[in-house]
Amino acid sequence: MNPHTASGKNGTNRGQLIAGLVFGIIFGFLLQKGGATKYDVIIGQLLLQDNTVVKIMLSAVVTGMIGVFLLKNMGWTKLTIKPGSVGMSVIGGLLFGIGFAVLGYCPGTIAGAVGNGYLDASVGGLIGIIAGAGLFAALYPRLKGGILKKGDFGTKTLPEVLRVPDWAVVAPAVILILALLYWLESAGV
Amino acid sequence: MELLQETRWSPYLVGAGIGILSWFTFLLSKKPIGCSTAFARTSGMIAKLFGRRNVETSLYYQEVPPVIDWEWMLVVGIIIGSLISALLSGDFHWQWVPERWAAAFGTAPVPRVIVALIGGIFLGFGARWTGGCTSGHGISGTLQLAVSSWISAICFFIGGIAAAFFIFHVIA
Repeated sequence: MNPHTASGKNGTNRGQLIAGLVFGIIFGFLLQKGGATKYDVIIGQLLLQDNTVVKIMLSAVVTGMIGVFLLKNMGWTKLTIKPGSVGMSVIGGLLFGIGFAVLGYCPGTIAGAVGNGYLDASVGGLIGIIAGAGLFAALYPRLKGGILKKGDFGTKTLPEVLRVPDWAVVAPAVILILALLYWLESAGV
Repeated sequence: MELLQETRWSPYLVGAGIGILSWFTFLLSKKPIGCSTAFARTSGMIAKLFGRRNVETSLYYQEVPPVIDWEWMLVVGIIIGSLISALLSGDFHWQWVPERWAAAFGTAPVPRVIVALIGGIFLGFGARWTGGCTSGHGISGTLQLAVSSWISAICFFIGGIAAAFFIFHVIA
Protein backbone atom coordinates (compact mmCIF):
# COMPACT_ATOMS: atom_id res chain seq x y z
CA MET A 1 0.00 0.00 0.00
CA ASN A 2 1.07 3.47 -0.83
CA PRO A 3 2.16 5.25 2.37
CA HIS A 4 1.05 8.73 1.40
CA THR A 5 -2.34 8.10 -0.13
CA ALA A 6 -3.91 5.56 2.15
CA SER A 7 -7.13 6.11 0.22
CA GLY A 8 -5.57 4.89 -3.03
CA LYS A 9 -6.14 6.05 -6.57
CA ASN A 10 -9.92 5.84 -6.76
CA GLY A 11 -11.67 9.15 -6.66
CA THR A 12 -10.77 10.71 -9.98
CA ASN A 13 -14.08 9.92 -11.70
CA ARG A 14 -16.54 12.77 -12.17
CA GLY A 15 -19.05 11.62 -9.55
CA GLN A 16 -16.40 11.40 -6.85
CA LEU A 17 -14.91 14.77 -7.85
CA ILE A 18 -18.32 16.39 -7.38
CA ALA A 19 -18.83 14.49 -4.11
CA GLY A 20 -15.45 15.75 -2.89
CA LEU A 21 -16.39 19.32 -3.79
CA VAL A 22 -19.73 19.11 -1.96
CA PHE A 23 -18.15 17.54 1.15
CA GLY A 24 -15.51 20.28 1.03
CA ILE A 25 -18.10 23.06 0.84
CA ILE A 26 -19.84 21.71 3.96
CA PHE A 27 -16.49 21.21 5.73
CA GLY A 28 -15.34 24.75 4.88
CA PHE A 29 -18.70 26.19 5.96
CA LEU A 30 -18.40 24.44 9.34
CA LEU A 31 -14.75 25.45 9.83
CA GLN A 32 -15.63 29.11 9.19
CA LYS A 33 -18.64 29.00 11.53
CA GLY A 34 -16.39 27.49 14.20
CA GLY A 35 -13.81 30.27 13.86
CA ALA A 36 -11.14 27.76 12.82
CA THR A 37 -10.31 29.75 9.67
CA LYS A 38 -8.86 32.50 11.88
CA TYR A 39 -5.20 32.93 12.85
CA ASP A 40 -6.20 34.47 16.20
CA VAL A 41 -8.29 31.42 17.16
CA ILE A 42 -5.58 28.90 16.19
CA ILE A 43 -2.80 30.83 17.94
CA GLY A 44 -5.11 31.26 20.96
CA GLN A 45 -5.37 27.46 21.08
CA LEU A 46 -1.62 26.89 20.81
CA LEU A 47 -1.04 29.50 23.57
CA LEU A 48 -3.61 27.55 25.65
CA GLN A 49 -5.84 30.61 26.03
CA ASP A 50 -8.81 29.54 23.87
CA ASN A 51 -9.81 25.89 23.47
CA THR A 52 -12.10 26.35 20.47
CA VAL A 53 -9.95 24.22 18.14
CA VAL A 54 -9.62 21.35 20.63
CA LYS A 55 -13.39 21.46 21.33
CA ILE A 56 -14.15 21.24 17.60
CA MET A 57 -11.65 18.43 17.05
CA LEU A 58 -12.69 16.33 20.03
CA SER A 59 -16.42 16.61 19.33
CA ALA A 60 -15.74 15.68 15.69
CA VAL A 61 -13.70 12.68 16.84
CA VAL A 62 -16.39 11.45 19.28
CA THR A 63 -19.23 11.85 16.77
CA GLY A 64 -17.23 10.47 13.87
CA MET A 65 -15.85 7.53 15.84
CA ILE A 66 -19.24 6.19 16.91
CA GLY A 67 -20.68 6.44 13.40
CA VAL A 68 -17.69 5.13 11.50
CA PHE A 69 -17.29 2.07 13.74
CA LEU A 70 -21.05 1.39 13.38
CA LEU A 71 -20.67 1.62 9.59
CA LYS A 72 -17.71 -0.73 9.81
CA ASN A 73 -19.74 -3.21 11.91
CA MET A 74 -22.52 -3.14 9.32
CA GLY A 75 -19.95 -3.88 6.62
CA TRP A 76 -20.76 -0.62 4.85
CA THR A 77 -17.25 0.84 4.98
CA LYS A 78 -13.69 -0.12 5.76
CA LEU A 79 -11.26 1.79 7.90
CA THR A 80 -8.49 3.68 6.10
CA ILE A 81 -5.51 3.59 8.44
CA LYS A 82 -2.38 5.58 7.60
CA PRO A 83 0.98 3.94 8.27
CA GLY A 84 3.39 5.40 10.78
CA SER A 85 6.74 4.97 12.47
CA VAL A 86 8.68 6.77 15.18
CA GLY A 87 10.81 8.47 12.51
CA MET A 88 7.79 9.40 10.46
CA SER A 89 5.13 10.31 13.02
CA VAL A 90 7.22 11.96 15.75
CA ILE A 91 9.67 13.95 13.61
CA GLY A 92 7.08 14.81 10.96
CA GLY A 93 4.51 15.65 13.63
CA LEU A 94 6.87 18.04 15.42
CA LEU A 95 7.92 19.74 12.15
CA PHE A 96 4.24 20.12 11.29
CA GLY A 97 3.57 21.56 14.76
CA ILE A 98 6.25 24.23 14.29
CA GLY A 99 4.71 25.16 10.95
CA PHE A 100 1.25 25.16 12.54
CA ALA A 101 2.34 27.84 15.05
CA VAL A 102 4.51 29.89 12.67
CA LEU A 103 1.84 30.00 9.97
CA GLY A 104 -1.17 29.98 12.31
CA TYR A 105 -3.25 27.86 9.94
CA CYS A 106 -3.17 24.18 8.94
CA PRO A 107 -3.63 22.69 5.44
CA GLY A 108 -7.43 22.49 5.83
CA THR A 109 -8.06 25.72 7.69
CA ILE A 110 -5.79 27.70 5.36
CA ALA A 111 -8.17 26.91 2.51
CA GLY A 112 -10.92 28.26 4.75
CA ALA A 113 -8.79 31.32 5.56
CA VAL A 114 -8.40 31.99 1.82
CA GLY A 115 -12.19 31.91 1.48
CA ASN A 116 -12.49 34.22 4.48
CA GLY A 117 -10.35 36.85 2.68
CA TYR A 118 -7.15 36.47 4.69
CA LEU A 119 -4.29 37.47 2.41
CA ASP A 120 -1.44 36.25 4.64
CA ALA A 121 -2.94 32.80 3.99
CA SER A 122 -3.46 33.11 0.25
CA VAL A 123 -0.27 35.02 -0.60
CA GLY A 124 2.20 33.63 1.95
CA GLY A 125 1.02 30.42 3.55
CA LEU A 126 -0.47 28.65 0.55
CA ILE A 127 2.72 29.07 -1.49
CA GLY A 128 4.77 27.90 1.49
CA ILE A 129 2.75 24.71 1.97
CA ILE A 130 3.00 23.79 -1.72
CA ALA A 131 6.76 24.54 -1.67
CA GLY A 132 7.21 22.48 1.51
CA ALA A 133 5.34 19.54 0.00
CA GLY A 134 7.47 19.84 -3.16
CA LEU A 135 10.65 19.92 -1.09
CA PHE A 136 9.58 16.73 0.66
CA ALA A 137 8.85 15.08 -2.70
CA ALA A 138 12.39 15.95 -3.84
CA LEU A 139 13.97 14.49 -0.69
CA TYR A 140 11.62 11.49 -0.52
CA PRO A 141 13.90 8.94 -2.28
CA ARG A 142 16.60 9.63 0.35
CA LEU A 143 14.19 9.44 3.29
CA LYS A 144 11.93 6.56 2.28
CA GLY A 145 14.05 3.58 3.24
CA GLY A 146 15.86 5.36 6.07
CA ILE A 147 14.43 7.64 8.71
CA LEU A 148 10.79 7.13 7.66
CA LYS A 149 11.13 3.41 8.44
CA LYS A 150 12.74 3.83 11.89
CA GLY A 151 10.54 2.26 14.55
CA ASP A 152 7.87 1.24 12.05
CA PHE A 153 4.45 0.36 13.47
CA GLY A 154 2.59 -0.02 10.19
CA THR A 155 -1.14 0.53 9.73
CA LYS A 156 -2.33 -0.66 13.14
CA THR A 157 -5.29 0.58 15.15
CA LEU A 158 -5.32 0.75 18.95
CA PRO A 159 -7.77 -2.20 19.24
CA GLU A 160 -5.42 -4.28 17.03
CA VAL A 161 -2.40 -3.39 19.16
CA LEU A 162 -4.28 -4.16 22.38
CA ARG A 163 -5.85 -7.30 20.80
CA VAL A 164 -9.34 -6.35 21.93
CA PRO A 165 -12.63 -5.78 20.05
CA ASP A 166 -13.08 -2.29 18.54
CA TRP A 167 -15.81 -1.29 20.98
CA ALA A 168 -13.58 -2.11 23.97
CA VAL A 169 -11.53 0.93 22.92
CA VAL A 170 -14.27 3.05 21.31
CA ALA A 171 -16.47 3.08 24.45
CA PRO A 172 -13.78 4.21 26.92
CA ALA A 173 -12.36 6.67 24.34
CA VAL A 174 -15.80 8.28 23.93
CA ILE A 175 -16.27 8.50 27.71
CA LEU A 176 -12.78 9.96 28.25
CA ILE A 177 -13.22 12.58 25.51
CA LEU A 178 -16.66 13.58 26.80
CA ALA A 179 -15.25 13.84 30.33
CA LEU A 180 -12.40 16.02 29.04
CA LEU A 181 -14.85 18.29 27.17
CA TYR A 182 -17.07 18.51 30.29
CA TRP A 183 -14.03 19.43 32.37
CA LEU A 184 -12.89 22.09 29.87
CA GLU A 185 -16.38 23.58 29.85
CA SER A 186 -16.88 23.56 33.62
CA ALA A 187 -13.38 25.03 34.14
CA GLY A 188 -14.48 27.83 31.82
CA VAL A 189 -11.54 27.42 29.46
CA MET B 1 -31.87 30.71 7.76
CA GLU B 2 -30.98 32.82 10.81
CA LEU B 3 -28.62 30.12 12.02
CA LEU B 4 -26.72 30.27 8.72
CA GLN B 5 -26.26 34.03 9.15
CA GLU B 6 -24.72 33.79 12.60
CA THR B 7 -21.02 34.63 12.78
CA ARG B 8 -20.05 31.86 15.18
CA TRP B 9 -21.55 28.52 16.08
CA SER B 10 -20.83 26.53 19.21
CA PRO B 11 -17.61 24.51 18.71
CA TYR B 12 -19.56 21.41 19.78
CA LEU B 13 -22.14 21.92 17.03
CA VAL B 14 -19.36 22.48 14.48
CA GLY B 15 -17.44 19.43 15.71
CA ALA B 16 -20.51 17.19 15.67
CA GLY B 17 -21.26 18.44 12.15
CA ILE B 18 -17.74 17.51 11.01
CA GLY B 19 -18.11 14.10 12.67
CA ILE B 20 -21.41 13.44 10.87
CA LEU B 21 -19.85 14.68 7.62
CA SER B 22 -17.16 12.03 8.05
CA TRP B 23 -19.84 9.29 8.26
CA PHE B 24 -20.95 10.34 4.80
CA THR B 25 -17.45 10.57 3.32
CA PHE B 26 -16.83 7.00 4.53
CA LEU B 27 -20.24 5.79 3.35
CA LEU B 28 -20.43 7.50 -0.05
CA SER B 29 -16.79 7.97 -1.04
CA LYS B 30 -15.02 5.35 1.11
CA LYS B 31 -12.63 8.09 2.16
CA PRO B 32 -11.69 9.94 5.33
CA ILE B 33 -11.52 13.74 5.28
CA GLY B 34 -7.95 14.90 4.65
CA CYS B 35 -6.27 17.90 3.06
CA SER B 36 -2.49 17.84 2.85
CA THR B 37 -2.04 15.33 0.00
CA ALA B 38 -3.82 17.84 -2.26
CA PHE B 39 -0.95 20.29 -1.69
CA ALA B 40 1.59 17.61 -2.62
CA ARG B 41 -0.31 16.90 -5.84
CA THR B 42 -0.40 20.63 -6.56
CA SER B 43 3.38 20.88 -6.10
CA GLY B 44 3.75 18.20 -8.78
CA MET B 45 1.33 19.98 -11.12
CA ILE B 46 3.29 23.24 -10.74
CA ALA B 47 6.60 21.46 -11.34
CA LYS B 48 5.12 20.01 -14.55
CA LEU B 49 3.84 23.43 -15.57
CA PHE B 50 7.38 24.77 -15.35
CA GLY B 51 8.54 21.99 -17.65
CA ARG B 52 10.26 19.82 -15.08
CA ARG B 53 10.59 16.55 -17.01
CA ASN B 54 11.51 14.42 -14.02
CA VAL B 55 8.07 14.76 -12.40
CA GLU B 56 6.72 11.63 -14.14
CA THR B 57 9.69 9.56 -13.04
CA SER B 58 9.99 10.99 -9.54
CA LEU B 59 9.49 8.32 -6.88
CA TYR B 60 7.18 10.53 -4.85
CA TYR B 61 4.92 11.59 -7.72
CA GLN B 62 4.64 7.98 -8.85
CA GLU B 63 3.09 7.26 -5.45
CA VAL B 64 1.19 10.55 -5.28
CA PRO B 65 0.39 11.40 -8.93
CA PRO B 66 -0.06 15.13 -9.67
CA VAL B 67 -3.73 14.81 -10.61
CA ILE B 68 -7.00 16.35 -9.47
CA ASP B 69 -8.77 13.83 -7.25
CA TRP B 70 -11.54 13.69 -4.61
CA GLU B 71 -9.36 15.25 -1.90
CA TRP B 72 -8.14 18.05 -4.20
CA MET B 73 -11.77 18.96 -4.88
CA LEU B 74 -12.47 18.78 -1.14
CA VAL B 75 -9.85 21.50 -0.56
CA VAL B 76 -11.37 23.66 -3.32
CA GLY B 77 -14.73 23.09 -1.65
CA ILE B 78 -13.37 24.32 1.70
CA ILE B 79 -12.47 27.68 0.11
CA ILE B 80 -16.00 28.00 -1.34
CA GLY B 81 -17.77 26.82 1.83
CA SER B 82 -15.83 29.21 4.03
CA LEU B 83 -16.54 32.06 1.60
CA ILE B 84 -20.28 31.29 1.64
CA SER B 85 -20.35 31.12 5.44
CA ALA B 86 -18.39 34.38 5.79
CA LEU B 87 -20.54 36.22 3.24
CA LEU B 88 -23.80 35.06 4.87
CA SER B 89 -22.72 36.34 8.28
CA GLY B 90 -20.91 39.46 7.07
CA ASP B 91 -17.65 38.06 8.46
CA PHE B 92 -15.82 38.24 5.12
CA HIS B 93 -13.11 40.86 4.90
CA TRP B 94 -9.79 41.28 3.14
CA GLN B 95 -7.04 41.23 5.74
CA TRP B 96 -3.24 41.07 5.50
CA VAL B 97 -2.33 40.98 9.18
CA PRO B 98 -4.33 39.16 11.90
CA GLU B 99 -5.01 41.07 15.15
CA ARG B 100 -2.88 38.95 17.44
CA TRP B 101 0.07 39.22 15.09
CA ALA B 102 -0.42 42.98 14.79
CA ALA B 103 -0.51 43.40 18.58
CA ALA B 104 2.84 41.62 18.95
CA PHE B 105 4.72 42.46 15.75
CA GLY B 106 2.98 45.45 14.15
CA THR B 107 0.65 45.99 11.23
CA ALA B 108 3.15 45.81 8.32
CA PRO B 109 2.06 43.10 5.84
CA VAL B 110 5.51 42.12 4.53
CA PRO B 111 6.94 40.55 7.73
CA ARG B 112 3.69 38.66 8.31
CA VAL B 113 3.63 37.29 4.76
CA ILE B 114 7.29 36.21 4.94
CA VAL B 115 6.71 34.42 8.25
CA ALA B 116 3.53 32.82 6.86
CA LEU B 117 5.57 31.59 3.89
CA ILE B 118 8.22 30.08 6.17
CA GLY B 119 5.55 28.52 8.41
CA GLY B 120 3.87 27.11 5.33
CA ILE B 121 7.09 25.44 4.21
CA PHE B 122 7.44 23.70 7.60
CA LEU B 123 3.76 22.76 7.55
CA GLY B 124 3.79 21.31 4.02
CA PHE B 125 7.07 19.52 4.60
CA GLY B 126 6.00 18.14 8.00
CA ALA B 127 2.56 17.07 6.75
CA ARG B 128 4.12 14.98 3.98
CA TRP B 129 6.78 13.61 6.35
CA THR B 130 4.17 12.33 8.80
CA GLY B 131 1.65 11.48 6.05
CA GLY B 132 -1.25 13.70 7.15
CA CYS B 133 -2.44 16.92 8.73
CA THR B 134 -4.80 18.21 11.41
CA SER B 135 -7.71 16.78 9.36
CA GLY B 136 -6.26 13.53 8.01
CA HIS B 137 -4.45 12.50 11.19
CA GLY B 138 -5.95 14.88 13.78
CA ILE B 139 -9.62 14.13 13.11
CA SER B 140 -10.03 11.28 10.59
CA GLY B 141 -7.14 9.13 11.83
CA THR B 142 -7.81 9.55 15.54
CA LEU B 143 -11.52 8.78 15.12
CA GLN B 144 -10.53 5.49 13.49
CA LEU B 145 -8.18 4.87 16.45
CA ALA B 146 -5.10 4.70 14.20
CA VAL B 147 -1.88 4.45 16.22
CA SER B 148 0.03 6.59 13.68
CA SER B 149 -2.59 9.33 13.86
CA TRP B 150 -2.75 9.57 17.65
CA ILE B 151 1.05 9.90 17.81
CA SER B 152 1.11 12.43 14.95
CA ALA B 153 -1.73 14.50 16.42
CA ILE B 154 -0.10 14.64 19.84
CA CYS B 155 3.18 15.72 18.20
CA PHE B 156 1.34 18.42 16.18
CA PHE B 157 0.24 20.01 19.46
CA ILE B 158 3.54 19.49 21.30
CA GLY B 159 5.42 21.18 18.44
CA GLY B 160 2.73 23.81 17.96
CA ILE B 161 2.40 24.79 21.62
CA ALA B 162 6.21 24.96 22.06
CA ALA B 163 6.63 27.09 18.93
CA ALA B 164 3.69 29.39 19.78
CA PHE B 165 5.05 30.00 23.31
CA PHE B 166 8.49 30.74 21.82
CA ILE B 167 7.03 33.18 19.27
CA PHE B 168 4.66 35.03 21.61
CA HIS B 169 6.47 34.81 24.96
CA VAL B 170 10.17 34.82 23.98
CA ILE B 171 10.48 36.69 20.67
CA ALA B 172 7.56 39.11 21.11
